[in-house]
Amino acid sequence: MKFTLSWLREHLDTDATLEAITTTLSAIGLEVEGVEDRGRALAPFRIAAVVEAEPHPNADRLRALKVDAGNGTLLSVVCGAPNARAGMKGVLGLPGTYVPGSDITLKVGEIRGVKSEGMMCSARELGLGEDHAGIIELPEDAPVGAGYAEWAGLDDPVIEISVTPNRGDALSVRGVARDLAAAGLGTLRPEGRYLRPGTVPAGGPSALRWAIDDPRACAWVLGRTISGLRNGPSPQWLRDRLTAIGLRPINALVDVTNFFTVDLGRPLHVFDARKVKGGTLTIRLGREGETLLALNGKEYTASPEDSVIADASGVVSFSGIMGGETTGCDADTTEVFIECALFDPVRIALSGRRHQLSSDARQRFERGIDPALQPAALEAATRMVLELCGGEASEVVSAGAEPAWQREATLRFERLAGLGGAEVPEYEATAILGSLGFTETARGEGSVTYAVPSWRNDIAQGNVAPEAQPGGLAQSPELPPERAAAAAEGCRAVEAECDLVEEVLRIRGLDRVPPVSLPVASPVPPASLTAKQARAALARRVLTARGMLDCVSYGFVEARVAALFGDTPPALRVENPIAADLDQMRPTPLASLALAAARNAARGFPDLALAELGGGYRDPSPTGQLAIAAGLRTGHTPRHWAEPSRALDAMDAKGDALAVLQALGVPMAALTVTTDAPGHYHPGRSGVLRQGPKTVLARFGELHPSVLAALDLPGPAVGFEVFLDAVPEPKRRKRGAADLPAFQPVRRDLAFLVDAGVPAEKLLRAASGAERNLLAGVSLFDRYAGDKLPEGKVSLALEITLQPRERSLTDAEIEAAIGKVVAAVTKATGATLRG
Amino acid sequence: MSEATEAAELAALRQETEAALAAAADLRAWDAVRVGTLGKSGRVTALLKGLGAVPAEARKARGAALNRLKTELETAIEARRVALESAALEARLAAERLDVSLPPRPNAPGTAADGAIHPISRTVEELTAIFGAMGFAVAEGPDIEGDWYNFGALNIPEHHPARQDHDTFYLPAGPDGRRPVLRTHTSPVQIRTMLSQEPPIRVIVPGRTWRADHDATHSPMFHQVEGLVIDRDITLGHLKGCLIDFLRAFFAIADLPVRFRASYFPFTEPSMEVDIGWDRKSGELGKGSDWLEILGSGMVHPRVLANCGIDPRVWQGFAFGMGIERITMLKHGMADLRPFYESDVRWLRHYGTGPLAPASLAEGF
Repeated sequence: MKFTLSWLREHLDTDATLEAITTTLSAIGLEVEGVEDRGRALAPFRIAAVVEAEPHPNADRLRALKVDAGNGTLLSVVCGAPNARAGMKGVLGLPGTYVPGSDITLKVGEIRGVKSEGMMCSARELGLGEDHAGIIELPEDAPVGAGYAEWAGLDDPVIEISVTPNRGDALSVRGVARDLAAAGLGTLRPEGRYLRPGTVPAGGPSALRWAIDDPRACAWVLGRTISGLRNGPSPQWLRDRLTAIGLRPINALVDVTNFFTVDLGRPLHVFDARKVKGGTLTIRLGREGETLLALNGKEYTASPEDSVIADASGVVSFSGIMGGETTGCDADTTEVFIECALFDPVRIALSGRRHQLSSDARQRFERGIDPALQPAALEAATRMVLELCGGEASEVVSAGAEPAWQREATLRFERLAGLGGAEVPEYEATAILGSLGFTETARGEGSVTYAVPSWRNDIAQGNVAPEAQPGGLAQSPELPPERAAAAAEGCRAVEAECDLVEEVLRIRGLDRVPPVSLPVASPVPPASLTAKQARAALARRVLTARGMLDCVSYGFVEARVAALFGDTPPALRVENPIAADLDQMRPTPLASLALAAARNAARGFPDLALAELGGGYRDPSPTGQLAIAAGLRTGHTPRHWAEPSRALDAMDAKGDALAVLQALGVPMAALTVTTDAPGHYHPGRSGVLRQGPKTVLARFGELHPSVLAALDLPGPAVGFEVFLDAVPEPKRRKRGAADLPAFQPVRRDLAFLVDAGVPAEKLLRAASGAERNLLAGVSLFDRYAGDKLPEGKVSLALEITLQPRERSLTDAEIEAAIGKVVAAVTKATGATLRG
Repeated sequence: MSEATEAAELAALRQETEAALAAAADLRAWDAVRVGTLGKSGRVTALLKGLGAVPAEARKARGAALNRLKTELETAIEARRVALESAALEARLAAERLDVSLPPRPNAPGTAADGAIHPISRTVEELTAIFGAMGFAVAEGPDIEGDWYNFGALNIPEHHPARQDHDTFYLPAGPDGRRPVLRTHTSPVQIRTMLSQEPPIRVIVPGRTWRADHDATHSPMFHQVEGLVIDRDITLGHLKGCLIDFLRAFFAIADLPVRFRASYFPFTEPSMEVDIGWDRKSGELGKGSDWLEILGSGMVHPRVLANCGIDPRVWQGFAFGMGIERITMLKHGMADLRPFYESDVRWLRHYGTGPLAPASLAEGF
């Protein structure tokens, strides 16, 4: 909301500086968004009289002026404006002055041989508009030598504050003034420019009457006709004031409504009484198919949820949001009907949102306006219309009744410290609340009860009938009933008090609450991560330690891309994406990494390693959102003298996945590999890592060539996905005593010839299980497939480590143990020992 | 030639071409058929060239028939190409077999010197270390949330003006008729935590959040960290102390000025916005005389407690939320938000941290 300093001062008697005011506003929750001080830039400009205006001796279009700026000497000024003439008054800039509209600084000059000691300015040069046809002409009574900005009222700074949704009352200059007064920056004036006690003497009956068809549409409405008026432009002060806060002056009647919207936060509407059909304005809910041509020139179709105002011909206004074109006031209006109504905030909010129709009126109605101000506001508006347009006011007509808005709130003083952490003396707390308009109704032992002011509908919201309480509690349906009831009762007991504590602290200054470090239960805090969270952090470290770059990507991707990596159920399609290529929740972070790799490759970085720990989405339920550690490597290993560069392959991805699983404490021996990885992997070069038959811990492999083609990703590209939720919590076991035998291990190499289709894992498993007592390790150190072998066979070479425990082994014992290994491998795989 | 003969001739041409296509076993053979049919001196091309010699009265009918044939053959040729290519891919995939049960290489293709932790991950680690020292545990929750968790339980009913400030992403309505949302803040995890554990509670919630807003300073996905403390006698003074302690530790400025301003959030009361002191011109924190808004906070609203079955007569506490990108950018003097999510390897290497120095109070950061 915007207002000017002088407007504020109409409600606030203060000598506080602008800076004190803006600092305080921000501190008490009315955050200052900006201060526009046009007067500051215009301060050096003076009002000056043109005493003499002679044609320039050397230039046809210029004039040589003698200007009186009130300092006793006549200045010589060269001017090109066609309206420059002797006897006029205008605005003078002296040498050294910065001219805001033309971005220059004036200096003494000489124009074609004539000295120029200043500049007579146009409106555009001062940044006051577009007018550049001539220099500004001031009325004859303008005081020569005076500051122009001050004289013209342009030294009135415009303050813009952002008002939080709970503070409908602060969407008014009076409300802002009240808060500032409470905060010690002056006193609230008892009366406003037109707001004062008493009523305007009423003439005859009103030409129009009110009817409320449905109490949901409107609780209470007042109105009156003013006839025999002349509607023209508003006086300069009002036009200036509206312009200053960014509103366009229309005509006096409309300007009056805009004035009160800002001045008192009280939106009004004016109907041209002669344009209304029939003698009654009815407030009711909309009917299917009804339309309104609104004052913004657009047509809207009412819904049965909208509150509307109708005459005999149909809808003439959207209640509380915007009036209609057909009954609007214009220069020909001679009889006006003023509407001063109370609408349901929720209904107005939802209507406004439904029709995407914003207005200053809606903004206030949906936050709630002061119900008790209703009659006084109508009187104030009447006074203003009579002053500006003349005419005669009718009696006040009304429908509905003032709703019961009265509420009480009790504050136990100890809660200021107990909740707010501030030792506030009682007198200080009561003084603050009193100046905010709370009236004491009872005093107890250590507590005080207040009647909540009518304009503060955000205070003690729970202390009214539930039906008058928008929102209310929204308790979890899963709570046990007694627990829910106790919590609800507790809320009712303390909510209003919290409101009061907030008011006192806010106005007193939150900076005055002493900070206290959080007490810790133990000087050595417990672990802050759960085992699962620690696993994720560890996975990130493992992958980055393997040279990968940790990435963070959007969780949604283009549906086409998502489909390459898994299912794209409609339930995971974003209904309102910000861009068409961000519309599907991704099945796996690998999709995002593949896109990133393609972008990097296009930039000239084809060899890279990316990882992301993030969500992969199966369905919208909490369990359908998986935590996945994914990684992608593309291209080749680096070139190096000691190790030639090579293309990355599925084994690199398997290494990454296994490294993560190992770090997370998964027993490696229990893992099996199957070859049923999903479709985004190459079917022959990918695998699934399982623990037991059911639990999939990870999958890895080369990306499918069609995925590479679809993403323009140069290969090779190998990736993996570790399903962190599936990794079982590592068992915390005490380690037994270390086994440190005194005898040297014995190592033997065995090469087997086996069918190419037999997985190496099968061989390793068979060998490892063969001789439990002596066998200490089996590793595969060579794999050979080539033309020296029979067709369809490969050679796999194992190193077998035997560990004697009691004594050194004899050759015979070694041979026996190795024999068992060979037999087991042959039995399991059909492999034969190579000679 | 009679019309019947002509038709027979074209039908034969079609049959022969189709047979040849079927017989083409690879793309080379296929290309020979294509060139022989539609190429410069292909059979159909030749017939089309010959149209000029056909008598005017027959030309129209013959031209139409030829063009029809040409279109049909083009379709057939293209279909065969797709089939052959997909067969070739199938054959290639079938031939490309790797025994994935082999043990992987002992070393990764890269080392810790190549890897880097993303600045967001790093900041989360730092947050965790600092708040961990104050006794906070880390809590998490889903990205896709129910409306009640994201709004209703947090005292933001359907009509609330605050809903408009949250540019919410929606997913299609589920069986209950309600549309799930991509959580607009980490606050729903407050609700999940209060429903799943008894007070006292002391958690932080770092995580992804989403809003339908995209420009230089807004990303449709970003990160927040939420804090929630519920206990019997936690006051606003503790909230201030906790945040001051955190901000000074995180930015490593022992005398960082911190300012508290009244504000409003539906889920806290009293509510405060928190500013830190900085010099707007140089961007230096802790210097100068300007203020920079950095986070929102307040005492948990009694309605929020009651919505979770916690009796606000017994329990009270505070909550806060701040943007992780924002504090990361401030701490490291980063100007632009967008590269955070673009995975440009040059940016990741520049702003990332090495993996071997975890954020810890012992080592400092």
